[in-house]
Amino acid sequence: MTASPLSNSKFKWVFLFLVAVFTAFQYYTLTLFHIDNRTAINDSIIANILLALCCWLISNSLSYYQPKGYKYLFVIVWCKVLAGIYVYALILIFDNIALYNGDNHFFLQLSLPVRFMFALLFIGSMATISILWYTQEENNEFARRKNESDKLTKEIELSSLREKLQPHFLFNSLNSISALTITQPKEARKMVHQLSDFLRGTLRKDDTLTALKTEFQHLELYLDIEKVRFGNRLNTQISADDTVLSKTLPPMLLQPLVENAIKFGLYDTLDEVTINISAISQHRYLQITITNPFDPQTSHTNKGTGFGLSSTQRRLQLIYNRTDLLTTEKRDGKFISILKIPQI
Amino acid sequence: MIKALIIDDEPLARNIIKEYLLNFPKIEVVEECGNGFEGLKAINQHQPQLVFLDIQMPKITGFELLELLDELPAIIFTTAFDEFALKAFEANAVDYLLKPFNEERFKKAIDKFLSSNREEQTKPVQHIVEAISATSQTQNERIVIKLGNKIKVISIYDITHITADDDYVKIHTAEGEFLKNQTLAFFEKNLNPAFFVRVHRSHLVKIDQITKIEAYEKDSHLLILKTGQKIPVSKTGYPKLKAVLGI
Repeated sequence: MTASPLSNSKFKWVFLFLVAVFTAFQYYTLTLFHIDNRTAINDSIIANILLALCCWLISNSLSYYQPKGYKYLFVIVWCKVLAGIYVYALILIFDNIALYNGDNHFFLQLSLPVRFMFALLFIGSMATISILWYTQEENNEFARRKNESDKLTKEIELSSLREKLQPHFLFNSLNSISALTITQPKEARKMVHQLSDFLRGTLRKDDTLTALKTEFQHLELYLDIEKVRFGNRLNTQISADDTVLSKTLPPMLLQPLVENAIKFGLYDTLDEVTINISAISQHRYLQITITNPFDPQTSHTNKGTGFGLSSTQRRLQLIYNRTDLLTTEKRDGKFISILKIPQI
Repeated sequence: MIKALIIDDEPLARNIIKEYLLNFPKIEVVEECGNGFEGLKAINQHQPQLVFLDIQMPKITGFELLELLDELPAIIFTTAFDEFALKAFEANAVDYLLKPFNEERFKKAIDKFLSSNREEQTKPVQHIVEAISATSQTQNERIVIKLGNKIKVISIYDITHITADDDYVKIHTAEGEFLKNQTLAFFEKNLNPAFFVRVHRSHLVKIDQITKIEAYEKDSHLLILKTGQKIPVSKTGYPKLKAVLGI
């Protein structure tokens, strides 16, 4: 059940004001028919209070039951019945207090159809307003819930996209540490710390923007671990000037792209591989370019995108509602991903 | 002396196997390889009895390497995390070791290798490859072929059609034709059915290569490829073709 329009204070005051206006109007009309002052005042007040009660009744009853489709007809019937009861109640009250006598009583009987029509008009209007009010409330409620559930879905999707860490990476790193403990225990300890720092960074739960500098530091941890794993086959080059480092981007956005670059760089060639990561500031964008060598002959990428690319694309779409922020190209045996982050 | 080979692209991962092998003086590591190409060369050169094989490696995967071998040595897979490798093992390999593995687990794998008899170790290549391929995803995106002492990797997107040729299949691409020791039924099963349709007992056709279908004789049709080649369509192949083309 939704709150009735009469529970809205603004609406309530307007309603009471209208009751007062109609009471005055009725009093004025009655005096035109030479009804004495006392009778006119009593009639107007009693009739309008009763009518207000009827309006309140129909509005409240509609909050329990909102008709759909052809059942609107029931509302019309209900309005008519209510108007009938109203007129009948009015006669009972007036007769009881002997408000109209003699000729005046004849006038009262003549006025009944008019009173009925007015009552029907007001009760009908109130019913219409109430129905509109409840429908709108319902729609608002529905929209609010939908909005909330959309937001929740989005959050879940974002967090799952963010946390998609390749289990391969973790297990292989542990294997490297295991190997290092035999011959280079100090290196092993260092790698344990790097891995812990890296994992702690990936456990971030929020999606607030971070500085490029922080992201690069986190990326370095990852790259250092990968360099231990792959020995001298893997080289990386990160270039960015100091002004760019303060620009912001969503956390862990670069990670899957770099992971992709390393994977395809290392698995597509037999020689040493250099992954280039460079950042520049362009107009209102932070532009990050990631380049890795690849072999079009054996590349897995000829199918299109890897998971890293599609998940990043999806994240950007969820955050910025745009699909043009990540582009890729293949040029001279190099695979290039270009990422543009709007700076606000 | 037992000749062993370690094929893994991570030097530290190779070190740990060498380290564990120090307890088995009977096993000698004849070579270490950092990728599938080197591995293939080394296997052919040394004919080792035992190979420690990683799966994710540069250029060709461990699975693809096995496909290129005529005779299979005993294989112990060493891999970080791979549900496909688990299935592959169930089908054939001596053992699989999930990285990081400890010394006891490693010893168990070696014991298993030492106690198993030779016959059991050399299973027909075809068998193991089919078992692996059926579960391996990248396998179905490209096909690896041995050309003399070179290795050719064909993307399935470059194939126009595949025809049966005795014990072999002939893979037709824009670059030419390549033979592979495999059955057409295998490719029909493993290649993405959204791309390929078997129109005849000995013809598997890439769907986007089809330009025209002509009535040939009573009950039979002829299919014309973009390259101009004509492929017969059998009575049972025609409904399949109609279904994939939506006619």
